[in-house]
Amino acid sequence: MTRDWGMARGESHCSVRSALVLCALVSLGCARRPAAEEMPTPVMQPATVPTDTPKVASLDRSKPPTLGDPPDLTLPVMSRTTLPNGLELVIVEQHELPVADFILLVQTGGEGDPARKAGVASLTAAMLQEGTTSRTSLDIADQEAYLGASIQTGSGWDATNVSLHTPTAQLDSALALFADVALRPSWTAKELARLRDERMTSLMQIRDRAPAIADRAYASILYGGDHPYGRPLTGTEASTKAIQRADLQRFYGSYFRPNNATMIIVGDVSAADITQRIGELFGKWSPGKVPNVEFREPRLPAVTTVYLIDKPGAPQSSVRIGTVGVPRSTEDYFALLVMNTVLGGSFTSRLNANLRETKGYTYGANSRFDMRRAAGPFTARAEVTGGKTDSSLFEFMKELRAIRDTVPSPELEKAKRYLQLGLPARFETTGDIASQIIPIVLYDLPTDYFNTYVRRIEDVTQADIQRVANKYVDPARMSIVIVGDRKSIEPGLKGLGVGDIVIRDLSGQPVRP
Amino acid sequence: MKKSLSIATRCIAGLFMLAVPALAAAQSVPKLAVEKYTLPNGLEVILHEDRSVPMVAVNTFYKVGSADELPGRTGFAHLFEHIMFMGSQNVAVGAFDQMLEAAGAQNNGSTTEDRTDYNEEMPSNALPLALWLDADRMGFLLPTMDMQKLDLQRDVVKNERRQGVDNVPYGRAFEVVGAAMYPKDHPYSWPVIGSMADLSAATLEDVKQFFRTYYAPNNASITIAGDFNRDSTKAWVERYYGDIPRGPALPERPAPSAITMASDTFLVLEDRVQLPRLYNTWHSVKYFHEDDGTLDILAYVLAGDKNSRLYKRLVYDMQVAQDVSAFQNSGRLVGQFWVIVTPKPGQSPARMAKLVNEEVQRVINDGITARELTRAQNTVRARFLDRLAGVRNKAALLNTYNYFVGTPEYVQKDAARYDRVTAEDVKRVASSYLGKKKVVLTIVPTGKPDLMVKGGGE
Repeated sequence: MTRDWGMARGESHCSVRSALVLCALVSLGCARRPAAEEMPTPVMQPATVPTDTPKVASLDRSKPPTLGDPPDLTLPVMSRTTLPNGLELVIVEQHELPVADFILLVQTGGEGDPARKAGVASLTAAMLQEGTTSRTSLDIADQEAYLGASIQTGSGWDATNVSLHTPTAQLDSALALFADVALRPSWTAKELARLRDERMTSLMQIRDRAPAIADRAYASILYGGDHPYGRPLTGTEASTKAIQRADLQRFYGSYFRPNNATMIIVGDVSAADITQRIGELFGKWSPGKVPNVEFREPRLPAVTTVYLIDKPGAPQSSVRIGTVGVPRSTEDYFALLVMNTVLGGSFTSRLNANLRETKGYTYGANSRFDMRRAAGPFTARAEVTGGKTDSSLFEFMKELRAIRDTVPSPELEKAKRYLQLGLPARFETTGDIASQIIPIVLYDLPTDYFNTYVRRIEDVTQADIQRVANKYVDPARMSIVIVGDRKSIEPGLKGLGVGDIVIRDLSGQPVRP
Repeated sequence: MKKSLSIATRCIAGLFMLAVPALAAAQSVPKLAVEKYTLPNGLEVILHEDRSVPMVAVNTFYKVGSADELPGRTGFAHLFEHIMFMGSQNVAVGAFDQMLEAAGAQNNGSTTEDRTDYNEEMPSNALPLALWLDADRMGFLLPTMDMQKLDLQRDVVKNERRQGVDNVPYGRAFEVVGAAMYPKDHPYSWPVIGSMADLSAATLEDVKQFFRTYYAPNNASITIAGDFNRDSTKAWVERYYGDIPRGPALPERPAPSAITMASDTFLVLEDRVQLPRLYNTWHSVKYFHEDDGTLDILAYVLAGDKNSRLYKRLVYDMQVAQDVSAFQNSGRLVGQFWVIVTPKPGQSPARMAKLVNEEVQRVINDGITARELTRAQNTVRARFLDRLAGVRNKAALLNTYNYFVGTPEYVQKDAARYDRVTAEDVKRVASSYLGKKKVVLTIVPTGKPDLMVKGGGE
């Protein structure tokens, strides 16, 4: 009830995995919800705090205090070396607490899944924790807990990762375990059978959750089944059944190569010492030829269409609106970042200010560009009260049109300051820093990326915002997915005239008679 | 094959055994140096300097939560929390968030049964802004309070309830169990989020009365953690908070007596779910009771990792359950111990109940191994380090200690609670608390009430 440690912005995270993360399960109510926003990464140095010691007499509360200059930014000292087998190491020493984070970033993710076998990358990642040539699945878990270390594996679109978070007191043992998990999987058949069965059940349980149904259907409708981004990372029931052990071994054998990987290391270590240790553990990992992943060019929606998925009795409707956006390599990155911050990237952004703080239709509305190796989706979203589904869609479309007009200068300036001054918060913990380095590695950003970050935000003009809004946010060509109680919401949606209404099933596919 | 694997395991285990003393010593939880003082108006101020990044966090605790609500007004403490962001005498509607965002800050608030907190984290130069804003809403919320603010946040909170409870599978479990665990007038018998009817009933007069009663400096503590200059910060605190008048004496908070259940209670709830789910809930102890930490360890031993009793048997070996969790959930007044299991398709909740009972009984009868205890303790110790990462976490933690144990300087003592636990303690608390009567809720797919567990299982 009371131990809400580790609360992220506005979300009460309740871990079911672990007994000890006491998570205010029953009890936490929050005022806010997080605004999803991609944020890059400098590390700052302690700065001098302004010492304009105030006078207590004659306090005038009507004006906010004048603030001193923001603290200076200095970049993280990021040392990069490459082992003879091609494994690149990116190391940041951070000695505040006796802990360290290691992320082995393999630069291929779900994009590499075979077409009918969506979920291979994520199942490969999961299987790494299920046994090595010298440790069983239970041994791995036992030793993790014994060391107080945590090993996680996972897969996104662009990368698959094996990560270790450990107290440095047991660094040797933890690293040995970590290397074993990453390099010597045993692919035990009975463990795969168990994971597959668990995954089939999880996929079935998605039918319980309207937001998850909406996310999957939206991706499927926007990209189609012949583009990797149209297929779910964790697969479908059909693809999960089809995946064989050989598929996982093939994925691993093709992509888990030192010349396709980077090790990010942040924490209470010395660069020289850790380079040597990683060399000893990962130096014999053999390189290989890594296949290219091909992407079909996705088709943008030709007209705006409302795809309605029935969830009888749902008290809220899950709304997803958007189109195919841009790859991370876009030259419009900074203009889009600022534009989206104004539109739906922060608490005071237009979407949240309108749908939540003015209308009260939702607990939170936001928008984001998912920038990946290829063009990921632009999505505006909210969970809205069922009875206001049509009104909410009306407001969404109004904001998507309005962002194409000139953004007033104070609003633009607020968004720029929010991005620029919000940077230090992204660099507090070893885990924060490590996760901020990921995009640098993954998208081959220049080493001086963060040196120029603040300036490049500053350079974004009203004209830039208007240009990118008109280029990438076209309300006349959007796919809209709404999961809710069809009977009560369809009449209102018809009356709006936003686009044709098409009924889809729970996976976003046409309904068969 | 199997044999060589098990030999390898034993060798490794031997190595780890040798390493234990070093582990315990090297991972000791660092002390957090703090200065605490109290303003003449009763406001407690806690300062913790950490110059590792140029960030500062402010955390304000008000010593009021949903347990202080009145019948017919459940959810009010949390609704009030929302209203606190809607501006005050010198801060226009919306300006609170706009000013903080323009300064690069993040902010939020949270409400539990026991307390309400408000927090900001920002670049260190913005500290005076956060103090000015927080002080304005502590001292001068009501002059601009109106029905519009209340109605708007009432709608937002109703959507928070829909998004977190009503439109979520199994979302009502906790409020249904809570209502069965406690008598109707017990402060923990209703959920923090409240009921839709009570949220609808809240009036502007309720807002004013609640503010006057609870939102006063003598019912609050403010923690500032991070990169700041101590002298100027103390001067700012004095400037912005010093002349906010002390509030009236606080109403006495009820101290309900311990609850004993004479028999098990069996409940069923139909929900739009694919699979049933079983909830077992026992009365346990309050936060920081001498058995509280031991119950955390017991929870870990039952369901904390892959080798834990319930996970290993139900999920890993037998594969009859999709997931299992166990936790000690403790508050200022009392606590509960939960074990939750979702059976695999085709498996019955009754079978889960029988298996849970067997495993609980096994701990009660035979205790736990040294290895199980050490796994739990080492994991807990490692997580303590993580709680000290980041000034926002630290500010919240210091305020939490200050509220629950009366001093912010408690992190090492908190960690020591877990180091002290013995295998015998775990066996004893299993018997003392899980050996008693419980509430058993089965959530079943709509139309399948016959899946309800009505006894010891099977």
